[in-house]
Amino acid sequence: MSLTSFTRRSLLAASTALALSIGTFGVAEAQTPPGVLVVGQIAEPKALDPAAVTAVNDFRILMNVYDGLVRYKDGTLEVEPALATAWEISEDGTEYTFTLRDGVKFHDGSDFNADAVVFNFERMLNEDHPYHNTGPFPLSFFFSSVASVEAMDDMTVKFTLSSPYAPFLSNLAYPTGLIVSPAAVEQYGAEFGRHPSGTGPFTFAEWRSNEAVVVEGNPDYWDGAPELQAVIFRPITDANTRTAEMLAGGIDLMVEVPPVALSQFEGETFNVVEQAGPHVWFLILNAKEGPFADKLVRQAANYAVNKEALVNDVLEGTAAVAAGPTPPAFAWAYNDDLSPYTYDPEKAKALLAEAGAEGAEVTFYVTEGGSGMLDPIAMGTAIQADLEAVGFDVKIETYEWNTFLGEVNPGLEGKADMAEMAWMTNDPDTLPFLALRTEAWPDKGGFNSGYYSNPEVDKLLEEARVATDQDKRAELYKEMQTIVQDDAPWVFVANWKQNAVTSDAVENFTLQPSFFLLLDDVVKN
Amino acid sequence: MTGYILKRLLSAIPVLFGITVIVFLIMALIPGDPATAILGSYATPENVEKLNRDLGLDKPLVTQYVIWLGNMLTGDFGTSFALNRPVLDEVLERFNATLVLAGTAFVLCSVLGIAAGVISASRQYGFADKAITFSVLIGISIPSFFLGMMMILVFSVNLRWFPVSGMWPIYGDRDLPALISHLTMPALALAVVATGVVARLSRSAMLEVLRQDFIRTARAKGVHERRVIWRHALKVAMVSIIPVLGIQAGFVLSGAVYIEMVFQWPGVGRMLVDAILKRDILLVQGGVVFVAACYVFFNIVVDVLQSLLDPRIKT
Repeated sequence: MSLTSFTRRSLLAASTALALSIGTFGVAEAQTPPGVLVVGQIAEPKALDPAAVTAVNDFRILMNVYDGLVRYKDGTLEVEPALATAWEISEDGTEYTFTLRDGVKFHDGSDFNADAVVFNFERMLNEDHPYHNTGPFPLSFFFSSVASVEAMDDMTVKFTLSSPYAPFLSNLAYPTGLIVSPAAVEQYGAEFGRHPSGTGPFTFAEWRSNEAVVVEGNPDYWDGAPELQAVIFRPITDANTRTAEMLAGGIDLMVEVPPVALSQFEGETFNVVEQAGPHVWFLILNAKEGPFADKLVRQAANYAVNKEALVNDVLEGTAAVAAGPTPPAFAWAYNDDLSPYTYDPEKAKALLAEAGAEGAEVTFYVTEGGSGMLDPIAMGTAIQADLEAVGFDVKIETYEWNTFLGEVNPGLEGKADMAEMAWMTNDPDTLPFLALRTEAWPDKGGFNSGYYSNPEVDKLLEEARVATDQDKRAELYKEMQTIVQDDAPWVFVANWKQNAVTSDAVENFTLQPSFFLLLDDVVKN
Repeated sequence: MTGYILKRLLSAIPVLFGITVIVFLIMALIPGDPATAILGSYATPENVEKLNRDLGLDKPLVTQYVIWLGNMLTGDFGTSFALNRPVLDEVLERFNATLVLAGTAFVLCSVLGIAAGVISASRQYGFADKAITFSVLIGISIPSFFLGMMMILVFSVNLRWFPVSGMWPIYGDRDLPALISHLTMPALALAVVATGVVARLSRSAMLEVLRQDFIRTARAKGVHERRVIWRHALKVAMVSIIPVLGIQAGFVLSGAVYIEMVFQWPGVGRMLVDAILKRDILLVQGGVVFVAACYVFFNIVVDVLQSLLDPRIKT
């Protein structure tokens, strides 16, 4: 029959074409050459202007293109010299004088000097600066305590603060404090974010929208030329696709591996890297009204939640149990004497009975995703089960992330008793100062959505913020942690360990506690 | 005919206007605002207010709408908050990629679907018909994103025949073979369901035509069976197949959203999903208006085409 032969012939033709194409294209899909590292990112960057961006995803590129005056010492969250070689802090903690590194040039060839530093901070902070319109600069409040920046001479810069502010140095090490080339900003204006120029180990080469950002090794880098010729940052928003690319060899390095996918990378051809960071995952408890107004009930919730099971089973070991409000990654400020609330349902029941709150009804806000939230729905349901087991009556309400923030940030009063939350910060000051003080209640512009209030904690945090001596600050933070842990304004759940997977061709790769991705020492064979 | 086309084009104006109102209202009404999305953890009321002022979102809604519409009429779709580049540049670039993907899928589903339907109908209840009907049922039932993920697993991760994602190789030449190797899997995954639908409807349209008198006459005249089916019958059946193709064109365009996510195709669907999650208002609005305009245009083309093919449709 003619019809059958027609189909057979076309089938044959089609399969031949397919076989041919597989032959040709299969070979065409070659691996990237040695010296070129392909990084699987989680999203397309917004801009490569450090003053204008807010996402960790963008910071991963920026930290390799720019330097700040100071940076975090390898493997810690303590600052060390970078573009500034030394600094002095005045007695009263309001004047910081930096000596700058000599002979450093921006990638565009212009000189790094005191005027460049002044330009950077003026652009961000001074609304009358001619290039202030290259913003907006959403994180400029990191430097809102800066009253003035002056060039004392070509290589000396003085920052005057309106009041002492201890996190200032560590904010300078944060990406918002990275130094951009004034000449490039003047040349490109608002387009600077697509034509970045800094002093870092890699120079910007190319940005193909939604495909890749390419940076090349800077042979003249002041801290030694990087080993890599080039790094290609690829945005792959879907976590499953990112995992598949890693397995198929399309990328050499992948960040934020989903916990369920980690088992795929066991074996010789991949290396899994882990690093605990300044992250804490907790439940905000409404201390103003409802069952959690009673400290005993808040403590009962802390005893009732099986945190070990959460981090090991739900998160597959990608987090550690949190003991208090400050993550251990802030080694200098962390109170080692704290031990986490044990998992003790009997004690929780006893505390509930003592408070007369058996069967208390609890509305629990859960988010579907969001920055640093890990696996919020699975964690939320596991927590619900734990709390119900000791006699709470928990009702979950789930929201999409931005909607969730819109519900939680203005405060839980009248709506909910409990909400999931996670923070990642660069200084031990930030989170407690913004989320635990009485002055940080939502109606006063803070994030204390559960209305926790303890005058002693307020005092310790205010003191720590103005103390410039690190040992003194550490002491105050440690005391704060002991009190807060006992008061239990939150259920302390987990500290996330950031992870990454590299192929076996990648060497010398480590993750930093800052969660930044530093590639200047990485080798790819 | 010109009058008909003109009438249809004019009737599209209120539709498009309605779309701008709806998409603007939806973006204004959904909870969560761009400033919060940008600031993340640092979204204090004070910071949010300042950023809203910088972004021009502190003005009354009506003012915002009028400014947006006015700018759009002059071809200025605004600047994306999250990508920091002109909305129109982004949309056009992304739409190009979507057209390549959806266009290929559309050609695949039209050709394969009609061929399968015709073969099925011409051998009704025969083995070929049963095999095709069964495959079509499976094709229609598999969600395209699941199929896409399975294809990646088998053909990229295990067999390494095709790249996992993207439109162009990250390293190397951007030539036609490179594009085809990236396009094959997403286009196939996207075409499968539409092919099934087209095949089913082509089959029933053909069966109806094949029972008509003129087909019997043609066969009686001694016209070759292949000619009877592919020329006489298919030509008439096309009148009822073309509207289905029009619907499928819309279907592959909207289905591209899932496929673009799975295969990280840099198209307009993935752009919209990302933009909605980031509350990138202007990009969502501009993108939706653009895509809606294309839809409306597409429907007009289909209607005009149909009235050309079938004189019974009054123009």
